Amino acid sequence: MTKQIVAVRVNGALVEKAVEPRTLLVHFLREDCLLTGAHIGCETSHCGACTVDVDGRSVKSCTHLAVQCQGSDVKTVEGLARAGVLHAVQEGFHTQHGLQCGFCTPGMLMRAWRFLQENPTPTEDEVRMGMSGNLCRCTGYQNIVKAVLYAADKLQARQREAA
Amino acid sequence: MNAPERVAALQGMGDSRLRKEDARFIQGKGHYVDDVKLPGMLHMDIVRAPLAHARIKRIDKTAALAIPGVHAVLTADDLKPLKLHWMPTLAGDVAAVLADGKVHFQMQEVAVVVADDRYIAADAVEAVEVEYEELEPVVDPHAALEPGAPVIRDDLAGRTEGAHGPREHHNHIFTWEAGDKAAADAAFASAPVTVREHILYPRVHPCPLETCGCVASFDPVRGELVTYITSQAPHVVRTVVSLLSGIPESKVRIISPDIGGGFGNKVGIYPGYVCAIVASIVLGRPVKWVEDRIENISTTAFARDYHMDGELAATPDGKILGLRVNVLADHGAFDACADPTKYPAGMFHICSGSYDIPAAWCSVKGVYTNKAPGGVAYRCSFRVTEAVYLIERMVDVLAQKLGIDKAEIRRRNFIRREQFPYTSAFGFEYDSGDYATALEKVLDAVDYPALRAEQAAKRADPASPTLMGIGLVAFTEVVGAGPSKMCDILGVGMFDSCEIRIHPTGSAIARMGTITQGQGHQTTYAQIIATELGIPSEVVQVEEGDTSTAPYGLGTYGSRSTPVAGAAIAMAARKIHAKARKIAAHLLEVGEGDLEWEIDRFKVKGDDARFKTMKDIAWSSYNAPPPGLEPGLEAVHYYDPPNFTYPFGVYLCVVDIDRATGETRIRRFLALDDCGVRINPMIIEGQIHGGLTEGFAVAMGQQMPFDAQGNLLGNTLMDYFVPTAVETPTWETDFTVTPSPHHPLGAKGVAESPHVGSIPTFTSAVVDAFAHLGVTQMTMPHNAFRVWQQLKASGAAL
Repeated sequence: MTKQIVAVRVNGALVEKAVEPRTLLVHFLREDCLLTGAHIGCETSHCGACTVDVDGRSVKSCTHLAVQCQGSDVKTVEGLARAGVLHAVQEGFHTQHGLQCGFCTPGMLMRAWRFLQENPTPTEDEVRMGMSGNLCRCTGYQNIVKAVLYAADKLQARQREAA
Repeated sequence: MNAPERVAALQGMGDSRLRKEDARFIQGKGHYVDDVKLPGMLHMDIVRAPLAHARIKRIDKTAALAIPGVHAVLTADDLKPLKLHWMPTLAGDVAAVLADGKVHFQMQEVAVVVADDRYIAADAVEAVEVEYEELEPVVDPHAALEPGAPVIRDDLAGRTEGAHGPREHHNHIFTWEAGDKAAADAAFASAPVTVREHILYPRVHPCPLETCGCVASFDPVRGELVTYITSQAPHVVRTVVSLLSGIPESKVRIISPDIGGGFGNKVGIYPGYVCAIVASIVLGRPVKWVEDRIENISTTAFARDYHMDGELAATPDGKILGLRVNVLADHGAFDACADPTKYPAGMFHICSGSYDIPAAWCSVKGVYTNKAPGGVAYRCSFRVTEAVYLIERMVDVLAQKLGIDKAEIRRRNFIRREQFPYTSAFGFEYDSGDYATALEKVLDAVDYPALRAEQAAKRADPASPTLMGIGLVAFTEVVGAGPSKMCDILGVGMFDSCEIRIHPTGSAIARMGTITQGQGHQTTYAQIIATELGIPSEVVQVEEGDTSTAPYGLGTYGSRSTPVAGAAIAMAARKIHAKARKIAAHLLEVGEGDLEWEIDRFKVKGDDARFKTMKDIAWSSYNAPPPGLEPGLEAVHYYDPPNFTYPFGVYLCVVDIDRATGETRIRRFLALDDCGVRINPMIIEGQIHGGLTEGFAVAMGQQMPFDAQGNLLGNTLMDYFVPTAVETPTWETDFTVTPSPHHPLGAKGVAESPHVGSIPTFTSAVVDAFAHLGVTQMTMPHNAFRVWQQLKASGAAL
């Protein structure tokens, strides 16, 4: 199959690769960019294990083509921590025991990261609704909700300090 | 540091230590099977049958092989010369690796293709032409045993003896009994009260978020096979692979890397694994196979599918005199249940539950149907979920018939604290329990009389928009399989193992026969060592899953990690402790009897100033061991448990059912668990949340429906219910601690209790909402449509 050049900014760095037009974004990230954080759980957009951020939106990369991302800004779980310092959502998942087998976690984190920009001061119900595109089989969500609320508080506190 | 500070620094048993596993998972650095990428690796995909029962007339590979990048297409005929077209199952049956002239269930593996990448492999799957001759399928397990039922297993023609006794019909697998039938029959013959109920436990699927897969890599020069695999039991896989392939076990290395959830689904050995290994041997290159979600739900191990008839005999005041149970078990096309060899129905005979029942008998009949094989324990010890569901439902039914409150009838029948160790009518020796205390704690916490009063008021109000139901369950599990005199898999006793090495500078590595799939072993195992040996858990590395480094163990399922492997850790640590004492005595120039152990050190009795810490001792063990003692500080222990452990709990659930829509709102769910001594309370609570949520999924929405042709009607996450954060209730948890007297740490295991215990609790609550209308049983899942149908049938719909 004829390949097409796709140029994408992934976690801030420009990546240019020749891919088949049918290549899914999740395979592009995992196989071509060697970023295996995003996982494949269902291939039908239901589980959210493959969630990444594309141009400011949460996207399920198992049903998104790499060529759709031409010129886009893609962020994956590997880009969350900066200079070895964990992001508040990562810290929240760790301290609130928001993960067990870890398979859903990268998608959860990327969704939480975007969700808290969409709604920086959510209620518990809003967190549950905001995270409802991401399935977890291990935790029962209770600690995931706590983790997201923890991160919201932390980010708010930081913003207050900065102001 | 003072003593409390020293204890805290260890982060040992009882500490809610944050998980050591998290760092890699929250940064996208987990290492799951699909993350494995080896040089020259090819991808395998599977051609699957569209029909549930059919003969294969012809397979044409030509078009597939013509696609550039396709390396091989393998069918049963290609596996025949290697004798790998069939394989043994864990249950004493055989299963087709690739369909050998006949298809036994929809989506069965018919051929595999191997190609440069997964896209080409998927193209090639489409290009393989298979011609089928359709046969009449057998979907209903009752119909399977009719005289004229179609023959499912041609390969068993004429076999009147199965792995578990005589076969009475061509679709019959086994009939297995436990208990004393004569005693039970006698109890029923004279009992003033009897109740009977048919209880269906539908077929469900564990559905871990990561599907099954492997990367097989055979090195033709060295003759060595390395396989990364999604397995809950890597050592057993190694033994089976060696037996099947003829490669010496010493040249087979099985690695279970990070596992994205198992829940019993990753215990078995699947055709995909075998084919990937064969393909790697044939092609001399690494071969990756990772199934998709539809394949996972359609073909890898299901759970349950028990059609149960329960009967209780009792006195008029509700004292149970006898229990009889008949089960028809739908095993699918091959008997591939994952149970200890001697127990084709697992531990189903724990079905006398938490109650002192003098006479009991059960019979389980396994049958073949044209459905995928399986019958694994979905987040439970072998068939314990079915057993607990049966007895808890039956006790509710009896309570309803006699007009006794469901809490009170349990009180009247509990095995009392002073009766432990208690031998049940089925022969289990319950190690410890205190059911009455747990029950009263739960009833007090929710103000049970007030809930009943509220319910009575709602029932009296014809305009009430909801029906209120209260579910109550007091379950006992049997976990930690198990004593090798009773439990083996393929002849290997169900012990487990631990090897601990203390390094010269006082840090340590522990290698285990188990494998974590989210349970947090790397965190909790280190805590056991910290408390036993006085070295901080932070410097204890825990390694599992690589058969070339870990001691042999039977793996992680059936809540066996803490009961069996946890005990192995304690025993290995105690061997090291004993040697450390000798070294300390030598260093302090006193007799061993002059020493006492305190947190992290041996000190001379009564003299706080004269001591050697475990860290000091570690250095000395490599540097200047006492004369006659070999250097080093390490030990290995294979722990064969003397008994199972018997965790228990009392769960209560309050539901409000919308009389207009049939939707059930879980108003409240309180789970009190007693798992004996607790190692990491944070992790225990997390496991309970997870188990309750899986129980909620099973009770309220999961099922695998089949049509009359044997088509599975729901095999994606669109159709198969996995709850999101929105549907999932908020859980309340509580605990009591009744240590196991025979476990070195007093621990019992916990992760499966919430699944086992919660499912009957939901049913108990939903049925309770209709109890005043004469309803005694409703079949899961209790989704809105089904509950609405009951509302209509009971005349309670708005």
